[in-house]
Amino acid sequence: MTLNRGFLVPAGLALAGALVIVLLPFWLEDTNEYRFAFVAAFFIAALGLQILTGYAGQISLGHSGFMLIGAYVTTILSVDHGWNDLATIPLAGLVSAVAGFLFGFPALRLRGVYLALATFAIPIALIALAKKYEGLTGGGGGKSLTRVLTGHEAYMTTWPIAGVMFVLAWLILRGRLGRAFRTIRESEIAAVSVGVNLTLTKTLAFGISAGFAGIGGSLYAITIGFVNPDTFLIALSILLLVGVIVGGLGSLVGVIFGALFIEYVPLYAPEILDWVQRPLGLNLDPKAAGAPAVVYGSILLLVLYVAPNGVAGLLRSAIRILRRRLYTSTGTGPPGQVVPKRREA
Amino acid sequence: MTQFVQQVVAGLGDGAIYASLALALVLIYRATHVINFAQGEMGMFSTYIAWSLITNHGWSFWPAFFFTILVSFLGGAAIQQTVIRPLSRAGELTIVMATIALLVILNGLASWIWKPDEKLLLSPFPTGTWSVGDVQVPQQSVFNLLVVLVCVVLLWAFFRFTKMGLALRSSAVNPTASRLLGVRVTWMLAIGWGFAAALSAVAGMLAAPAQFVFSPNFMQVVIIYAFAAAVLGGIESPVGAVVGGLALGVTINLLGTYLPGQITPDMRLPVALAILLAVLIFRPAGLLGRAVVRRV
Amino acid sequence: MPLLELTDVHARYGPVRALHGVSLRVDEGEIVALLGANGAGKTTTLRAISGMVAREGGVVFDGKPLPRSPEGAARLGITHVPEGRGILAELTVRENLQMGAYLRRDRKGVAADLEQAYQELPWLAERSDQQAGTLSGGEQQMLALERALMSRPRLLLLDEPSLGLAPLIVREFFRLVRELNESRGLTVLVVEQNANVALDVSARAYLIEVGRVALEGESAELREHEGVRKSYLGY
Repeated sequence: MTLNRGFLVPAGLALAGALVIVLLPFWLEDTNEYRFAFVAAFFIAALGLQILTGYAGQISLGHSGFMLIGAYVTTILSVDHGWNDLATIPLAGLVSAVAGFLFGFPALRLRGVYLALATFAIPIALIALAKKYEGLTGGGGGKSLTRVLTGHEAYMTTWPIAGVMFVLAWLILRGRLGRAFRTIRESEIAAVSVGVNLTLTKTLAFGISAGFAGIGGSLYAITIGFVNPDTFLIALSILLLVGVIVGGLGSLVGVIFGALFIEYVPLYAPEILDWVQRPLGLNLDPKAAGAPAVVYGSILLLVLYVAPNGVAGLLRSAIRILRRRLYTSTGTGPPGQVVPKRREA
Repeated sequence: MTQFVQQVVAGLGDGAIYASLALALVLIYRATHVINFAQGEMGMFSTYIAWSLITNHGWSFWPAFFFTILVSFLGGAAIQQTVIRPLSRAGELTIVMATIALLVILNGLASWIWKPDEKLLLSPFPTGTWSVGDVQVPQQSVFNLLVVLVCVVLLWAFFRFTKMGLALRSSAVNPTASRLLGVRVTWMLAIGWGFAAALSAVAGMLAAPAQFVFSPNFMQVVIIYAFAAAVLGGIESPVGAVVGGLALGVTINLLGTYLPGQITPDMRLPVALAILLAVLIFRPAGLLGRAVVRRV
Repeated sequence: MPLLELTDVHARYGPVRALHGVSLRVDEGEIVALLGANGAGKTTTLRAISGMVAREGGVVFDGKPLPRSPEGAARLGITHVPEGRGILAELTVRENLQMGAYLRRDRKGVAADLEQAYQELPWLAERSDQQAGTLSGGEQQMLALERALMSRPRLLLLDEPSLGLAPLIVREFFRLVRELNESRGLTVLVVEQNANVALDVSARAYLIEVGRVALEGESAELREHEGVRKSYLGY
């Protein structure tokens, strides 16, 4: 492990973030702790997507499907079979991981747009199945979990697990597998030529990523106390992707910003509209149907313009500018050269 | 047998709508190499404009139809210039995300302006059937198919025979070389988006009457079918998009007719995607896509 | 007055500076060569002229400052055949030639020029409906040249035309270029790594090294220059 400059900043941010997370419950009230628990669930699922899309370069619009699997494993085991809901979490992750791994195989030959569309099929198929097998899943009406948590309980359940998953993601990515992922993202042909087993690596990427999403889904179910197939529509997959991109593609630390974005911006959209329209003297109804969506979409666009590489990209640019100011003087370019004595290759 | 022909025609009518939207997706993909996730919502928004002209301002269908197409063309070009162009240096995924943001904005805007309650847009075509021997051919399906085919042929002729059509194709194939030949490539992109928006408007204005009532989400299922059709045909193939759309419409209709137990309306979409996945496993570049040879 | 004059032109790719003050001129009816090793800045110089890369410094064409965009340069009659030829691969041979005449409004003139191109290179006519991407490298280079001629350029910029081509084809290509220069007075600025062939075809040449003009003069004289001989001509 190299303790170079490139490592210190993300590590510093991660530690600072961990500190904030630990201290936050003392400051927040129960409702907000509750919301923050959702942030943790999204955070974990988005971490999974980041591993697959940001690191291995495989796009997925189907991760809400893997969240669905995790959520239903937890629900069915705890409600119908008396499991302790917390004990179901690892199994939820495992089942989702296997599902993701299995999906990886047919997806091997697909790329780009074709892969994206194939992943579309996952939540659509799973939702349809969940609605069909009512006996098991409670069908379209959904199923309630046995335990209802307070905000504080939800927070204390979800965030430690989020911390563990973050460290797990970091460990996976800094090892051989992570390097293999990154090589595949750059060029599959190059990856094969350095000995990466493409089949295994890609399916592992899907599997691991799905496992994370499954755990996120499981925690989501535990927090909200209720599952319903329509929670996991493609819109949720897209939301996770928004989180990954707003945070910054390829940045684990950035994912937390993405998770905060997807939980809080839609929530505060009416307030933001009010805040924007007052100096303009407008009198629009911020609670009107569709108004929050317009606000949310506009903010998303704004973020994309201002930070096309996400929050992580912004931070990186800021640090680069700071470093240049501190360490270098402005140069004008390399000095000239006489006619070379030997022809360059 | 008569049932079969009827269902095929009905399927072609549905498929024509998917084909129109699929062609829009392919146009934009060829030009900018991104999937415009907002394509369906753009068509939805155009449909609301047409509805408003007809219901609130007393226009009759066809003037509203053509006017909406024109407005949609301009709107599509404007969106490309203001929303997409500033991001052209960012990664493809960022641009895709921008189209998703656009999707959210357009959907919200339609609800905001026109309220999310169900509206009615009447088809200009008769809803009866013609009797051809034993077969009852649904008239609306035939007319929908004709409208879309006319649009497709006009577009094809434009691309094939006009100078601007050639410049548009050139810009999609090699933007840098095209600029060196004097083509204003960013304008070409805007025009491409304009045509795509016009096609989406056609899809929307035909789909709304076909669904009886419509509300802001009415194009979301259509775009998934269109996406499937475009990919099925090969994402860079306009012919593939049209053939894929028609084929998908017919296949789903036939499956729904002959396997009503398994293929309930809820199951149609998953089945469509299952078919698509099956095709992709054997032809990863779609039916008419260019097979990229990668031995890896 | 020269047709094209560069004065102290700088250019960069993002934070990397590639040209550090290049000055050169091309007179009407001349063939001028830009020589230099890989990465010296020859291609960048052409790109700076045609506006493909951002530049600082004076670029004057026909007495007026040159616009900074490729479309703008093309409109004034500068046709740049880029490195790798810039063939429109999925379009047919004929469509490529037609795109060469994109900026022209005289349809009869374009049709006549197309005929002439077919006569100069009969195989173009035979393959006119073939996809340009299926042509061989040498054929593509010829097509790129004919396409450039379709615009009736005042100045032709050729970027590494010999790259990847067999010596026989390279000779044929430059024979055609010299013939066009002599018969039509076509002005050419050609970038070439193959110094031998470049000095053969050109009247004057500039040697670019590390983003600057290191040497300039008549091609015949540069041929005898010891440094040039040792480093670029191999003897």
